Amino acid sequence: MLDWVNIAVPPAPALFGQLLIGLINGAFYAMLSLGLAVIFGLLNIINFAHGALYMLGAFCAYLLLNFFGIGYWPSLIIAPIVVGAFGMALERLFIRHVYKLDHLYGLLLTFGMALIIEGLFRQKYGVAGQTYSIPEALSGGQNLGFMFLPNYRAWVIVASTFFCFGTWFIIERTRLGAYLRAATENPVLVQAFGINVPRMITLTYGFGVGLAALAGVMAAPIYQVSPLMGSNLIIVVFAVVVIGGMGSILGAIVSGFALGVIEGLTKVFYPEASATAIFAIMVVVLLVKPAGLFGRRA
Amino acid sequence: MKLHSLITAASVAVLLGAVYAPGAYADGKTVKIGVLNDMSSVYSYLGGMGSVAAAQMAVKDFGGKVLGKPIEIVYADHQNKPDVGVAIASKWFDEDGVDAILDLPTSSVAIAVQKVAQDRGKVDIISNGGSSELTNKYCSPTGVHWTYDTYQLAHVIGGAVVKQGGKSWFFITADYAFGHQLQDDTAAVVKAAGGTIVGSVNVPLNNADFSSFLLQAQQSKAQIIGLANAGGDTVNSIKQASEFGIVQGGQRLAGLLVFIADVDALGLKTAQGLLLSESYYWDQNDQTRAFAKKFEAAYNGKVPTSGQAGVYTAVMHYLKAMEAAKTEDGAKVVAQMRAMPINDFMTKNGKLRIDGRVIRDVYLFQVKKPEESKYPYDYYKQLAVVPGDQAFRPLSESECPLVKK
Repeated sequence: MLDWVNIAVPPAPALFGQLLIGLINGAFYAMLSLGLAVIFGLLNIINFAHGALYMLGAFCAYLLLNFFGIGYWPSLIIAPIVVGAFGMALERLFIRHVYKLDHLYGLLLTFGMALIIEGLFRQKYGVAGQTYSIPEALSGGQNLGFMFLPNYRAWVIVASTFFCFGTWFIIERTRLGAYLRAATENPVLVQAFGINVPRMITLTYGFGVGLAALAGVMAAPIYQVSPLMGSNLIIVVFAVVVIGGMGSILGAIVSGFALGVIEGLTKVFYPEASATAIFAIMVVVLLVKPAGLFGRRA
Repeated sequence: MKLHSLITAASVAVLLGAVYAPGAYADGKTVKIGVLNDMSSVYSYLGGMGSVAAAQMAVKDFGGKVLGKPIEIVYADHQNKPDVGVAIASKWFDEDGVDAILDLPTSSVAIAVQKVAQDRGKVDIISNGGSSELTNKYCSPTGVHWTYDTYQLAHVIGGAVVKQGGKSWFFITADYAFGHQLQDDTAAVVKAAGGTIVGSVNVPLNNADFSSFLLQAQQSKAQIIGLANAGGDTVNSIKQASEFGIVQGGQRLAGLLVFIADVDALGLKTAQGLLLSESYYWDQNDQTRAFAKKFEAAYNGKVPTSGQAGVYTAVMHYLKAMEAAKTEDGAKVVAQMRAMPINDFMTKNGKLRIDGRVIRDVYLFQVKKPEESKYPYDYYKQLAVVPGDQAFRPLSESECPLVKK
């Protein structure tokens, strides 16, 4: 009974705090859905291995620290490169064979890969999470008056905003991005202009995977580094991408942040529904605007 | 994206996780003990294959034979799903000649399997499952609740915290049977001791980010934030509480169900100061250490959890009772288990009550500071021993129909 009185209307400062936390969680959604959107938009692959690759990023940071003594900051660069290279190998060896087939094949292939990767890590590390500490420079936090903001979370939001809009800028506003977009429209024609399209596609996949790994490294100090961390997140991220519009870069970013905030508010007003709120929104969006909020009709 | 693609993927996932229970044959020439638990998901590190190893150790230490028959251990993964657990248990009892099922983490599965065992007059001994309803509303004449339960956790930890001055509580609760029960049990203790509950929040199971809930707890100004959750949820909430400066802000956390594996996952720096209640900790005396050493040798150098130690001691007591009763009949063996006092490395003069509850002394521990820890897994400081008759629900409060009043 008492609980109802408590959650009825939180005071305004409390709400600011929750909005900010929503934005931080949204930052993770945005980074992951962005990678998915890039891969889908340019490769036409529904990359179900994305969650496993995010997990690999976190584990990569963990292993770098425990076996080589390499800390958080170098890991931010090394882990995405290592995992990205692994992703490119997967693309070369397996994924490129299903480009011409129905989406379903790519989905099943990457889903299978995810199961294998997660299974291997579960075998080795079990499901209890490994610890990864917050880097010294970012420990502690600021008292903002309405809430205590840990420095690390502030860093997450700044960094991910930077990476998200950087990616958007490269793809939508630079010559390289123009090549990429052209190659997905008409690969034969672009190849005729002397551009190595298969290599560009491999690099794009590697880039998308690298983004997932980067999100994994950033998540490592907050959550447990666990083989299941990706599969817990991937379904939500897919919902985010569907809401934003499959393949839409800007849609992925905006809906990532927005849904983080909406989920955050659900956690205040009706926490029991916080795990389902995003899916309810997805249903509504699919009914009203099947291509997603920012999607173009295929 | 095509929606049916997602549906296909989901069905594939379900198919891949289909029931798998490795071979066992009913021949009446062996005594079979089944270890049924979570082998692959959130609770597998508390029991999992470690519980199987513990059961096998017990069989070996018992001599490998009972009533002149060899003893066989079988095991399976119930995936934390009651329907899967019921399917495996039924097959084991009906076709494979299994005599007893052990471990059973995840209360919803334990409740369902206990019913299956009861209907067939077979034995179930719950080690990692927690709900105190297993020996209350759902008690069974052939069901045994061995290691711990929510009533005990609530009384030992709730009582100790209120005694130390933690009068106002806010609960972060896992939104399913176990979490609600743990919250209710603890709230009752807090109120009885003169404390107040200022609020609570129900969090979906397997939630990764607790910051929003922690912020609500922070704003409630409660002295104590009670974590009525388990496993990864507990670890994540404690880890993030430290990030959000909850403890520095003057509030304290009470983890109502914390195992040594959770402390290991958190690290002492984050977990220090936590209060917890267990019925076994490896570093209590020479006997507990001897078991831990043997277990580590048998199971990848991992320290045993109380649930795994419980599986070992439960198998031992079960086999001793069977030998004494000279029968495999479930009801008779359990009656014999009740008649015999329980004495082993984790229990001194324990007894099995009519409602299925094992009564033994339990311990209140506090997690050490990093500088106090001298060797690997040196994690706990013992604060108090709580006698069994004070820790567990008294029969006078029981709703179990087997209890005659």
